[in-house]
Amino acid sequence: MTDQTMLAARSGASPDVPASGGQDVFVTLSVDNQLCGIPVLAVRDVLGPQIITRIPLAPPEVAGSLNLRGRIVTAIDLRRRLGLQPQPHGAIQMSVVAEQGGELYALLVDQVSEVMSLPRGQFERNPPTLSAEWGRYSSGIYRLQGRLLAVLDISRLLALSHAPV
Amino acid sequence: MDDLLQDFLTETTESLAEADLALVKLEQEPGDTATLSLIFRLVHTIKGTCGFLGLPRLEKVAHSAENVLGRVRDGALTATPDLITGVLLALDRIKAIVAELAASGHEPAGDDTALIANLDAISEGKQPAEAKPAPPAPAPSPSPPPPPKPVLVSSAPPEPVVLVEAPVVAPAEAAPAEAGGSDASPASQTIRVGVDVLENLMTLVSELVLTRNQLLQLARHQDNSAFTGPLQRLSHITSDLQEGVMKTRMQPIGIAWNKLPRIVRDLSRELGKKIDLVMIGAETELDRQVLELIKDPLTHMIRNSGDHGLETPAERRAAGKSETGRITLNAFHEGGHIVIEINDDGRGLPVDRIKAKVLSKGLATEAELAAMSDEAIQRFIFRAGFSTAAAITAVSGRGVGMDVVKTNIERIGGTIDLKSKPGEGTIFTIKIPLTLAIVSALIVQAAEERFAIPQISVVELVRAREGGTPPPNDATNPDSTGSRVERINGVPVLRLRERLLPLVGLDELLQLSPIAAPPKPHANVENSLTIIVVQVGPNQMGLIVDRVFDTEEIVVKPVAPVLRHISMFSGNTILGDGSVIMILDPSGIARASGVAGSGESRTSNAQPALAVVGTSSETDRTAMLLFRTGTDDINAVPLGLVARLENFERSRIEVAAGNPVTQYRGRLMRLVPMSGLLDLSKELQSVLVFTDTQQGQSGDRRMGLVVDEIVDVVEDYLNIELSGAREGILGTAIIAGRATDVIDTSYWLTQADPNWFDMKAEGTGQHRPRVLVVEDSDFFRQMIVPVLQSNGYDVTAVPDAARALALRDVGAPFEAIVSDIEMPDMDGFDFVKAVRAAGSWQHLPVIALSGRVSAQDVNRGRDAGFTDYVGKFAKDGLLTSLRQCLALGKAEAHRLVA
Repeated sequence: MTDQTMLAARSGASPDVPASGGQDVFVTLSVDNQLCGIPVLAVRDVLGPQIITRIPLAPPEVAGSLNLRGRIVTAIDLRRRLGLQPQPHGAIQMSVVAEQGGELYALLVDQVSEVMSLPRGQFERNPPTLSAEWGRYSSGIYRLQGRLLAVLDISRLLALSHAPV
Repeated sequence: MDDLLQDFLTETTESLAEADLALVKLEQEPGDTATLSLIFRLVHTIKGTCGFLGLPRLEKVAHSAENVLGRVRDGALTATPDLITGVLLALDRIKAIVAELAASGHEPAGDDTALIANLDAISEGKQPAEAKPAPPAPAPSPSPPPPPKPVLVSSAPPEPVVLVEAPVVAPAEAAPAEAGGSDASPASQTIRVGVDVLENLMTLVSELVLTRNQLLQLARHQDNSAFTGPLQRLSHITSDLQEGVMKTRMQPIGIAWNKLPRIVRDLSRELGKKIDLVMIGAETELDRQVLELIKDPLTHMIRNSGDHGLETPAERRAAGKSETGRITLNAFHEGGHIVIEINDDGRGLPVDRIKAKVLSKGLATEAELAAMSDEAIQRFIFRAGFSTAAAITAVSGRGVGMDVVKTNIERIGGTIDLKSKPGEGTIFTIKIPLTLAIVSALIVQAAEERFAIPQISVVELVRAREGGTPPPNDATNPDSTGSRVERINGVPVLRLRERLLPLVGLDELLQLSPIAAPPKPHANVENSLTIIVVQVGPNQMGLIVDRVFDTEEIVVKPVAPVLRHISMFSGNTILGDGSVIMILDPSGIARASGVAGSGESRTSNAQPALAVVGTSSETDRTAMLLFRTGTDDINAVPLGLVARLENFERSRIEVAAGNPVTQYRGRLMRLVPMSGLLDLSKELQSVLVFTDTQQGQSGDRRMGLVVDEIVDVVEDYLNIELSGAREGILGTAIIAGRATDVIDTSYWLTQADPNWFDMKAEGTGQHRPRVLVVEDSDFFRQMIVPVLQSNGYDVTAVPDAARALALRDVGAPFEAIVSDIEMPDMDGFDFVKAVRAAGSWQHLPVIALSGRVSAQDVNRGRDAGFTDYVGKFAKDGLLTSLRQCLALGKAEAHRLVA
């Protein structure tokens, strides 16, 4: 599977120099044409398309599970999590692997792009008019040139309720 | 030196090193309560263990040190340097003694009074007397160096650690060999490794194996590649490595047995019994995780064997056995499992006492018990809340017993069974997987998805056909059908060796929608199904799958927390080809599909759970009317309950108040279509007419049940095996070799008229004669009670004679009794004799209800004291008889009054 690892996130943008001078480093990705960012330190891997095993009876956000170098990773469909339309069938999905409570999760996204270092001063709070899902899972917004980047809160995204069905 | 002491030395050496560090830290930060608690706990543990092992010197020193620490913890003292010094001195003394102990295997003699006095002084808040250095120990070990700290690989000490396999000479023997071997630390031969490190290794090795497999696959396509040789070596090394890593998890079962001799010794003193404990196969290895989990159940079972199983010496002498009882533990490998037998040569399990207990606890009815084998009854000891010991002893008998054992063993995928012979003893057999990490599993496919089923729960694979027309005459020759899936109201069942096996489609159960839905099996197209028969506790069920692949050894991994609520899965795993699949949990599936709820009685020992009409004589058969309705399902109703069979022309069916009715014998009769809808395309409608012939009333009540086709009348044993899954069906029985639904007549009567059963009584306002029905079969009670109620009787029904007599003894008033003949424990003949013998019911009419109605039986019944004798299902006969008996009773009463 290692050959499918698109980039080792940590080597992407000098995490050894952590956010000095008010810079935060994000892995950027897109879902449904919205640019999002995940703090680079939360990202363990970025994967290309994977074979995902469906899990019957699982919550709808759970796309299935995949094998990441011998570890079983639960795949979460970010579109579903954010209340968006599912991707057209057969579209290529990439995933961002993050850890929560000792478990690995792969967030399925449309596209993973560059790693960005952004000055903290440009960080703003969510506009109150965001949809409930976005408001819950986004911790704030960066104004980039010409577009906005929503910062995703990984721990909230992965705090899936697992109440008995 | 025994292993217990060995463990103690290893542990204590570590604890002391830890306490040393912590004390120094405490001295720097006297207010650090976490550190203080840690020290307290360490010292407390040492003290406790010393007491247990009988090491009085150590215990006393540790006790005094603990006192001091306890006062600090309570806030009475502060951790001054003097105080710390005092405690450290005590720890040094403990270290010295432990070192001696390690070298000689005995606690050295010595005098600790000065040290203890010093500690006591500190704990009382006095300035310590000049703390003398440790007085020279009698066996001088000049200032023993602190034993080398064992290599701690794990960073956090309180984590669970595993003692890596230590094929070492016990230091006690090693010490003399090494000249002046004071350095022979108890821990030097083993390395403690955090379990997480081993787990991680295991994961890496699994991944290595997968990668190796992929490489081998690639290499197979290239002949004479330069890689072939090295790859072969890599392959071997990988296998060896895997085995080696697996081995680090394995420990001899003897470790779990270590404490048992001591426990048995104490037990024998406490109970005044003589007990020998024989342990065979202590070197048998199994995964340490499994080992941990069976330790407690084993201990419990040994206690049970000693307490309940073995007799006292006097009893044994009287029984002609040797005074000393023997408990044998035997462990051995069998397939991928380890089998542990616990065998005592005691009195065996008393079936009668278990029965009595089962009844008193309400775990089963007498009828159910009567149908069970002795083994099945003995297995009740595995039920919750069961304990046969008459008195609660300190040893066992608190009611949390074998059920907990069984639960724990089943939790790790094991099974437990027992065999017992009265007077000869009991053998418990536990079968558990060698490791929880790797299990053998069957890989199956349903709706394009693959799943693993643990091999241990798979009983067999069956191929069965579904759909198509059954061969002619299959009703008379059950064998001609082979394995055929039949459907009861759409629910599939399989008749497998004369038992009904509930089936569950894996795809339906898991709500898998096949990517391309296959055409629905048409009624006339034969469809081959693969069924996996799984054992869940006492029950079996069949899982319908699309395909069965191979068995594979899989590494079980827990599922992510977000998926834990799905009870169908016990874990997930990565297959050899790298794909992730879910592992099915048969017990979860059984719960979800309702199989597990059906109870212990439907066991696999092929005994009918509800022996309605018991044995095999010709007269036990019941005439059943078979008919078809809706689908191809065959339904049945006892013929005796049906008044007439009619075919009505379509034109005769009218609609009144939105309901179909017909004119029947000059009056309107409500028609109830059993399929829910009246199919008016049919020229003739088959109708089963039920009537309620009533005495002293203007008219009878009648109802017509519309069915598709009346098939046959057969005589067969009525043996309801599966209880009703929907309204209107009492349950399913094998009748004439086919799975058949037996309809619930009372349900359909109330469909015609919701007040069917109570209108008359209310309407007439008459006195309702009170009737007691004694009938062991649930089925017949359900059948008779509504019939009697609908005829104006006030009915009380009890399942056995004992309960009936109990009613008599509390003075319950009845005007007549209807009793079954064939009942467990006390049959109808004995019951009526008991009624006639004494009590307030002496002169009541008692009507026998029986499957056997021969002249001989009737005579016997009359001799025993029955007033009348009627056949089961002869509804009118029973009603007539009751009427006459009651009239007779009244007449007699009048005569008595006169």
